[in-house]
Amino acid sequence: MSEPNFELRGVSKRFGAVHALRDVDLVLFPGEVHALVGENGAGKSTLVKVLAGVHQPDSGRLTLNGQELVLRGPAAARDLGIAVIHQQPNLFPDLDVAENVFVGRLPRNRLGSVNWRDLHRRAEGLFTRLGVALRVSVPVRGLSVADQQLVEIAKALSLDARVLVMDEPTAALSGREVERLFTIVRQLRDRGVAVMFVDHRLEEVFEIADRISVLRDGRLVATAVTADLTPAETIRYMVGRQLESLFPKEPAAAGDVALEVRGLTRNGVFRDVTFQVRRGEIVGLAGLIGAGRTEIARVLFGIDHADAGEVLLGGRSLAVNSPADAVRLGIVYVPEDRHEHGLVLDFSIAANISLPIVERLSRLLVIDRGREHELAEDYARQLQVRATGVGQAASGLSGGNQQKVVIAKWLATRPTVLVLDEPTRGVDIGAKAEVHRIISQLAARGMAIVLISSELPEVLGMADRVLVLHEGRVAAEFGREEATQEGIMAVATGHHGS
Amino acid sequence: MITQLSALRTRVLARWETLLVLLLIVFIWLGSSLSPYFLSGSNFSDLTSNLMEKAIMALPLALIIIAGEIDLSVESMLGLASALLGLTYAIGWSLWLGIPLVLAVGALGGLLNGLLVTWARLPSLVVTLGTLALFRGLASVVLGPQSVSGWPAAFTNFGFGDVPGTLIPWPFVVFAVLAGAFTFVLHRTWIGRQLYAIGKNKEAARYAGIRVARAKTLLFVLSGVLSALAGVVLTARFSSARADNGQGFVLDVVTAVLLGGVNIFGGEGTIVGVVLAVFVIGVLRNGLTLADVSPDTQSVAVGALLIISVAGPTAVRRIRSAWSNRRLTQAADSS
Amino acid sequence: MDRTVEAQFAPRLAGRIGLERTLALVARLRELGILVALAVIVVVVGVQAPRFLSVSNFEQILLSVSLIAIVAVGQTSVVLTRNVDLSVGSVVGLVAFVTGDLLKEHVLGVPGAILAGCALGLGLGALNGLIITVGRVPAIVATLGTLYVYRGLDFLIAGGKQVSAIDLPNSYLRIASSSVIGIPTLIVFAAVTAAIAAYLLRYSGTGRELYAIGSNPTAAELVGIPAQRLVFGAFVICGLLAGVAGVLWGSRFGTVNAFAAGGLELQVIAAVVVGGVNIFGGSGTVLGAVLGAALLGTIENALRILHLSQFWLQAIDGAVILLAVGTDAAIRSYFQRILMRTGRR
Repeated sequence: MSEPNFELRGVSKRFGAVHALRDVDLVLFPGEVHALVGENGAGKSTLVKVLAGVHQPDSGRLTLNGQELVLRGPAAARDLGIAVIHQQPNLFPDLDVAENVFVGRLPRNRLGSVNWRDLHRRAEGLFTRLGVALRVSVPVRGLSVADQQLVEIAKALSLDARVLVMDEPTAALSGREVERLFTIVRQLRDRGVAVMFVDHRLEEVFEIADRISVLRDGRLVATAVTADLTPAETIRYMVGRQLESLFPKEPAAAGDVALEVRGLTRNGVFRDVTFQVRRGEIVGLAGLIGAGRTEIARVLFGIDHADAGEVLLGGRSLAVNSPADAVRLGIVYVPEDRHEHGLVLDFSIAANISLPIVERLSRLLVIDRGREHELAEDYARQLQVRATGVGQAASGLSGGNQQKVVIAKWLATRPTVLVLDEPTRGVDIGAKAEVHRIISQLAARGMAIVLISSELPEVLGMADRVLVLHEGRVAAEFGREEATQEGIMAVATGHHGS
Repeated sequence: MITQLSALRTRVLARWETLLVLLLIVFIWLGSSLSPYFLSGSNFSDLTSNLMEKAIMALPLALIIIAGEIDLSVESMLGLASALLGLTYAIGWSLWLGIPLVLAVGALGGLLNGLLVTWARLPSLVVTLGTLALFRGLASVVLGPQSVSGWPAAFTNFGFGDVPGTLIPWPFVVFAVLAGAFTFVLHRTWIGRQLYAIGKNKEAARYAGIRVARAKTLLFVLSGVLSALAGVVLTARFSSARADNGQGFVLDVVTAVLLGGVNIFGGEGTIVGVVLAVFVIGVLRNGLTLADVSPDTQSVAVGALLIISVAGPTAVRRIRSAWSNRRLTQAADSS
Repeated sequence: MDRTVEAQFAPRLAGRIGLERTLALVARLRELGILVALAVIVVVVGVQAPRFLSVSNFEQILLSVSLIAIVAVGQTSVVLTRNVDLSVGSVVGLVAFVTGDLLKEHVLGVPGAILAGCALGLGLGALNGLIITVGRVPAIVATLGTLYVYRGLDFLIAGGKQVSAIDLPNSYLRIASSSVIGIPTLIVFAAVTAAIAAYLLRYSGTGRELYAIGSNPTAAELVGIPAQRLVFGAFVICGLLAGVAGVLWGSRFGTVNAFAAGGLELQVIAAVVVGGVNIFGGSGTVLGAVLGAALLGTIENALRILHLSQFWLQAIDGAVILLAVGTDAAIRSYFQRILMRTGRR
């Protein structure tokens, strides 16, 4: 048994009220592929960022080859031989492949000038070692995501990295590209590199990993050699938690079909998506990040366009070409990223709530501030928004209250269909329950709701039906009674049967 | 803590306008000490009259910058309008035909800017730099180096004269009406609310169902029309249509907007501030003229004012956020 | 494992290689395009006015082009970092006047005056750099301001007077017109400057870092590239080269007033942009900028030969800027769409 390369002991990390990592012990051995799995929000990305030196842990120790270290930044991690490949490649689009690999360390000749021939030769050598035919003199801009990833790997190789961390590397790859990646990973492993691999897809994990660790709610709940685990057990570790009855779902009578989606396709993202949502119904959309859920919502809301398929509202096939259209037609979207897309942080609560209907609230162009104020107070009361008043800036509210303001904003437009995307992400427990109560009441009053969520307990507690998306397709549908965390996760990770 | 900062921010803005008033007072005082003629009514009338074309163009530019874009081509559209008006007049058209035509051309030029920015998704900086050159060039092609004079008395009286019985130049009346309209639209109507939203967070505005592309295009069209109007006013005031009318105006117009408290990055600003800043620049130039400084040399002062009006608040903001960050970490450490 | 969804969207190898090759082709096409445009102008104008094709006129063209090219090289280094310098015209004019004035008033000898002029250019560029990096003023606002400040200083110093050729020592005036192995010094100088710049941008670490900053500023920070310092340096270089051009301007034209080189910045930006330097930074070559300068210098000369007003030049500058930037954006979005269709995300 070899000496551990890289160790984390008791590492914790907090962001405000959210405990991203709790007392994590993780060990990486050289010459081993160690997979890190967990649901969305389990803390995997945070862990990767700690390893990369992007975040400093609040407590705990990191040791490399026995030496305790403090990583003050990504450059420090790189200098120590820790190479991290994030989900989004961070390359220079206009520079060629070879230059990207050796950026900052370009080979020079005796006169001190850049030796391009040597640069290209060395880069080609790296790619040959990786067993890949990639032209090194083309700008990175023209490369596919898979190829850009290879450039990042070559970069790591050129740095003689002893630890390689890869965050969801297969998310954007096709089958053949994944195989190519795995061959390279095996090569690196055989050369003694400690590889950490964050992945969702259990089939892949079981194919490539020597060891598997499971994160759940920020804690490391299991770690074992692959041979000692089965996929079913892994899933149980990923989701195994008591389902608290936090979600008092009111019964709601299902009415007419409000939203119908038929054969909706967006090339390269999702395909042939078909489902219905009735008034009073909550349909949950579960699945891993990248499965296509948010992308479907964006098409429904008019931000992106579909390549094929239909969207029917109230039985009529409609073209939704912009968010303005969507709002007019009665379909609204509470986005995943409330700071970027949901709120104007500098605006007051009232101004945020009135924004989509500000024209309607005006008489002869002038905004009726009295009505605006009343409306905002009304919703703030209904949704129990905790603030010093509706004149307070949205930036001053807690995550949960901000989310309520976003919801209030859309309720004010009196929509028919409400699409919620990760509505309780970054929201504390108390506010979570309140948001769920609101959602449940809305359904009881006849709204058709689509709930996109990565939190399985939330989906199970709220949804009348759960659609599980996998790789852009609706892979399964569960009724409220038959849905289980394991069942959903199994389909989401592409693992059928146990 | 953050609530305090946003309240502080509104107070900062109020304080910014106070600063402008102070600056105005200081410049007036400086001006009066430079020349005994300065504090006379007729001087203020002259000063104002010289200022109005720039003032008219500053209004739509303020909205454009608040919405997160910029329009450098305003002075060239003024020149093109003047040249076209001169051409149409010289070939015998009535002003009743010429002026609407010129305004329409202004709208078209603005539309070009707007479409290149929203549809072709080009940065407004580069687009309006190009049209700054293009429109001016077209103006010169239209009229060459000549000038057109011999305008009807009613026209030139409008540009040069005052409201009877007062020292108020007619163009000031036009400007006052426009300024009032812009203040109303920006600060009281849903249109203004949408513009601020677009400037503060374009994506959130879009997600809230605001038609961002349409709004921006209309703003550029408005800028084009008002620049053309300014061209008409200038032609009337000078009694002369020339292709190089308005050359150099872009400095004063942009400075007026930024000095007026409009944030170069969008989302913040008031019309009151812009109006005050317009007069600050007018008084400054007037004082310098009375001190025998040529208009081109005066630009040193205005250019410096432009740079300071952006560098100043940025520095203040950075100092303030560094200070509040230190307070936050101290608070977090002690909790 | 069910991979049929991805299998259908997997990038086709042939398509991918075609894409890479096409991108390179586009760059060559642009340079070819400029040469074709030049050829067309030469033919069309040459037919209208045979004087256009004379050797002496050709030399005039090269002299104009050389001046534009020197400034364009400096502007290129700034634009590569995702910035722009609008004040170059004012710098050239101010330096041209100051240099001439120093010689006219016998304050300095020719070598001293030249040095002073270059130093002035460097200083003005450094001031731009400071305002932008330390003052955090966006380059467009900063250099719009300094465009007028520097030009205003020019007017202040000139005070309505001008420097005439007869006021200047012959040794100074001959710098632009004298020849080295038959080629005017100015042209040689421009060529050498361009060659050095091209070499540094391609073969020096600092040059490559300029590209990196413009291509992906956040990644550049992550890799540890000192962006602020380099941007400052780029503006210093731009100012210096504008100063050099100013000195040479005075030598070439002899008579200089406060209006000299007005509008040059638009010509230079048009040259740089039509030459393929991306206005968003990160890509472009000195060769491209020089070709752009050649095109615009030729157009300027053609306008003069055809007795068309020089005002046409401004319209053309503007149209060139719009067309070049628009075409670049169109090409880029076209390729983006192809990429999205053949590969995932």
